[in-house]
Amino acid sequence: MRHGRYPFIIGFLAAPVLLYVVFVVSPYLQAFYISLTDWKGVSANPRFIGLENFSRLLDDEVFWAAVRHHGVLLLAMPLVTIVIALFFSFLLNLGGGQRGGRMTGIGGSQVYRVIFFLPQVLAVAIVGVLFQTIYRPDGSGVINGLLGKIGIEPVGWLIEPGLALWSIIGVVVWQAVGFYVVLFSAGMSSIPSDVFEAAALDGAGRFTLFFKITLPLLWDTMQVAWVYLGIAAFDCFALVQVLSVDRGGPDNSTTVLPMEIWRTAFNFSKFGYASAMGVALFFMTITFAALTLRVTRRERIEF
Amino acid sequence: MSNMAGTPGDITRRQMLRRIGLTALIAGPGAGLLSACATSGTSPAPATSAAPSASGAVSAANPFGVAADAPLEVVIFKGGLGDSYATEVHEPLYKKAFPKATVKHVATQQIAQTLQPRFASGEVPDMIANSGTDLMDNGALQQEGQLLELTELWDAPSIDDPSKKVRDMVAPGTVESGLIANKPYLMNYVFSAYGLWYDSALFEKNGWTPPKTFEEFKTFCEKVKAAGIVPFAYAGKNASYYAYWMILISAAKIEGNQLLVDIDNLVDGVWKRESVKQSAAAWAEIGKYMDKSFEGLIHTEVQTRQNQGKIALYPSGSWLENEQSSQIPKEFKYALTPTPSVTAADAMPFEAIRAAAGEAYIVPAKAKNPKGGLEYLRIMLSKEGARGFTQKSGNITVVTGAADGLELSPGNASLSAAQTAAGVNIVTYSSFENWYKELETELRKHTNALMFGRISADEFCDRMQKAADKSKADSSITKQNRTV
Repeated sequence: MRHGRYPFIIGFLAAPVLLYVVFVVSPYLQAFYISLTDWKGVSANPRFIGLENFSRLLDDEVFWAAVRHHGVLLLAMPLVTIVIALFFSFLLNLGGGQRGGRMTGIGGSQVYRVIFFLPQVLAVAIVGVLFQTIYRPDGSGVINGLLGKIGIEPVGWLIEPGLALWSIIGVVVWQAVGFYVVLFSAGMSSIPSDVFEAAALDGAGRFTLFFKITLPLLWDTMQVAWVYLGIAAFDCFALVQVLSVDRGGPDNSTTVLPMEIWRTAFNFSKFGYASAMGVALFFMTITFAALTLRVTRRERIEF
Repeated sequence: MSNMAGTPGDITRRQMLRRIGLTALIAGPGAGLLSACATSGTSPAPATSAAPSASGAVSAANPFGVAADAPLEVVIFKGGLGDSYATEVHEPLYKKAFPKATVKHVATQQIAQTLQPRFASGEVPDMIANSGTDLMDNGALQQEGQLLELTELWDAPSIDDPSKKVRDMVAPGTVESGLIANKPYLMNYVFSAYGLWYDSALFEKNGWTPPKTFEEFKTFCEKVKAAGIVPFAYAGKNASYYAYWMILISAAKIEGNQLLVDIDNLVDGVWKRESVKQSAAAWAEIGKYMDKSFEGLIHTEVQTRQNQGKIALYPSGSWLENEQSSQIPKEFKYALTPTPSVTAADAMPFEAIRAAAGEAYIVPAKAKNPKGGLEYLRIMLSKEGARGFTQKSGNITVVTGAADGLELSPGNASLSAAQTAAGVNIVTYSSFENWYKELETELRKHTNALMFGRISADEFCDRMQKAADKSKADSSITKQNRTV
């Protein structure tokens, strides 16, 4: 029995590992190599220039603007998304209080669940095009049209340098919330209902139920959510590309690293330098994931 | 830009979706440029150039010695010019000359995304219309030895008159506009003029005349604004270069063409010269008449408003009329007016316009049939080829006299009148847009900031000088130089 098992397991593992090596690991390694060259993307033999691209990064204003934006995204986007998603999923699953000895959600929670999840089904490009119309800076935009009805001047959602990044963060949050509502709902449904019932019998209100029971027991799920959202915060390419003025503007106020990588490679023909940015982004992402998992590590609660 | 047909209008939503689909692969959340665009291993590229392409006998009719049965692959940017000029005019003419050859036609809106991997792997086509928002960097191609030098083409006998060279059949400055490192690599084909476009029917109805000085421009703006029409507009989201063209043209009118040559040559302090400062300040004044929201709109959105009679003057080039032909109402009559004079002491008169050869066609050096590519360009530069191009695309070519006798649209007629009025007062082209893409990107950014009132003319000059200095100091950018 036993010796039959290894070929079986290896057979199943080999194919994915091979695919992974060919399509993920080897391009990464190539990117590391390309980042040490002055490759312009149109010849097959780039010249090796050592760490020059990386030293150039250090005083590249646009690069640092992009890094700062990732910082803002990293702090704001996961936090807002998780808070909203938690609130919604609590309402959907436990907000209705006890009925017939079971915890239930508020009325119509099945309908809300579908509505919340809908944005997640839309491709990010469609979301981008959709929000072009919603954020349009003149009176014909959806939001500005509504504001106009109550006599408020059109707001330049994407053209005010101080507002543009937040508008884009708003889109990311709008799209992500639905997924995390479902994720947290799954987490909540796996918490044994007798824990809630016991607490409810002892007179705990919704507030206490949420902060003293739900939140601690959801910790693992939230940790996963934070890492996912954090990694998503290092992307945002498509939305910035579709929504922002002049691809990352106005005045660099919305640019992100994938945008700059794309521009540096395809517009400036500096594939080597773009790869250096890619390598920097790789390390930022890895560092973030490792840090998050370490900092948020807690003792597991068994139930 | 030299990519004149590559006006922002042709970034459609569908195109955007496709682009995102592609770039999502490349610029995913992890390290950027991965499998999709990596080099083909570490081994040197297959030396396709080493194998001499089969060639035919050189004759008067076949000056490059094209092999009669060698297949030809043509890649056309399908933007404002369409691609029917290639499929219905130039390719049939080539087939007529070489009946045994097969011509493969590829039309794309993303030149770089389509061709970049092919250049990296050595499988290149024989002729490329390199334009559009995503054109390939001609400077980089030339530095990597990927471009065929076109001296042979310009010195070849013309199809129409074998006693003359091809270079003698085109508008003055055409060959020069295609120089990289002082050698001709680009065949700039479309003759374009730049200025402010307006609907002459609307102007007539309101009794307006286009302003000749910036003083008049401001009075004009007040008058037009009072009539409920926006006096001047451009789309900041993707067409800020329309505005920087105007700033550069005005600066050149103040100081003379040497300014544009010096900008291209990255001469120290050129962006801080009085002419640039005066021009930027003058245009920033006009920017105040724009609606703030235009910064977040795209070319087509703003253009539609001009079609609806809501915008008076729109800065652009001569391809605009053709690009908009299906959108404009019947009574709309395009007309061009030069940029107004800034000072009384301008080096060039009001009538001076910028007219230059643009829209680069290239032959890859490592193509399988480069001689066929050259011959294809020679066919394009014949009277028949150029005339057909004008008929199909609505744009005039660099071939002198090829459009004679064709009935001109209102816009083209106005353009031709403007050219006659300008005489020798032609504002020269700019090459930095192709040579130094990073500088160009900075200029787009700061033009929006200036025109929408976030920075002053002085700040604009300072920032541009800083950007130019940075490009100059960047050893990874190969420096170019032009004398005329």
